[in-house]
Amino acid sequence: MTRLVPYPFLSLSLIVLWLMLTRFSLGYLLLGTALSLVAGQAYSALHPAKPRVRRWRVLPRLVATLFWDIMRSNIAIARLLLTEGRNGRRSALARIPLSIRDENALALLAIILTATPGTAWLEYETATGVLTLHVFDASEVDHYHDVIGKTYEPMLMEIFE
Amino acid sequence: MSETILTIALGYAQIVLALAGCLAGTRMLRGPRAQDRVLALDALYVAIMLFLLVTGMQLGTAFFFEAATVIAIMGFVSTVALAKFLFRGEVIE
Amino acid sequence: MTPLQAIPLAVAIPVAILVVLGSTLTLIGALGLARLATFYDRLHAPTLATSWGTGGIIIASALMFSFIDGRPVVHEFVIGFCIVLTTPVTLMMLGRAALQRDRAEGRDPFRDGPSGDADGNPSAGS
Repeated sequence: MTRLVPYPFLSLSLIVLWLMLTRFSLGYLLLGTALSLVAGQAYSALHPAKPRVRRWRVLPRLVATLFWDIMRSNIAIARLLLTEGRNGRRSALARIPLSIRDENALALLAIILTATPGTAWLEYETATGVLTLHVFDASEVDHYHDVIGKTYEPMLMEIFE
Repeated sequence: MSETILTIALGYAQIVLALAGCLAGTRMLRGPRAQDRVLALDALYVAIMLFLLVTGMQLGTAFFFEAATVIAIMGFVSTVALAKFLFRGEVIE
Repeated sequence: MTPLQAIPLAVAIPVAILVVLGSTLTLIGALGLARLATFYDRLHAPTLATSWGTGGIIIASALMFSFIDGRPVVHEFVIGFCIVLTTPVTLMMLGRAALQRDRAEGRDPFRDGPSGDADGNPSAGS
């Protein structure tokens, strides 16, 4: 089973993607399954590090938190951009020490932080585990310290470590 | 009634997205540095892709969707390639 | 314009609101891109277009075509998926490339901050 389907999650998402792009029918389901199995084999030839997800239960909560955060910061950044030049906004650099070390968790955190308007991931030092973030609004640095340290890191740790 | 609402909303969206594309285009022409131009190119790709989606909605055809998908994927590949090129450290402008 | 007539008002209003919201957010993002002063500030502007700008228009499009075709049409979400996953990658690479180029020229943009390292030193490892 593991030899035939080395990456079940990847193959499953490829089938779903295939069915979304076409319309659902038995023929497309079979064709998509065949293609995703071949793609899984091809991907395993690259020998990527296999991500191990420990707890799937936390994932919906992470997505919900992210959804609200993106909505909130969309409004905040839109307001700042419209009043640019009159609101005295300054950008700042935040150096945040991270306690997660797992590569997949870090990748997910990078996607989360960059997808949220207002923060941009600039640099991560593997030796010290210190993350350099560019924060659009300097008065929100403490807020992001809190959000990363108290919300995202524990969730990611629960999922991956 | 619903046709009027949708015509106005989609027309507004087309004008606004075209304007957004123009703004990204000016940033791309003005620079001042290479990374500004690459960033503006990425924004231009997104604006054009959204414009095509809205046009497809206005004409009621899923035909433009394919073009939008291709642009979304091509935009990603080209921006990553350009960023990688900048990252190599050839600082000649 | 016949396809637009077939849509009931209860669907047309949310679709119109989502389209207007998405396109306006994209315009605000582009405005920021044109007006902000430094590159690192401008790095934040396109995320408006790629989060709720794209999201609004994609949800509106999926809603509308689901009603026109009479079956759930979800292929728009493939675009959304692509954009949400790929934009962070591009922005992160651009940010790091810009930082490295600035450092290679000997002007670390954040020298006054706590990151007083690698001045004039092309940080090859980072």
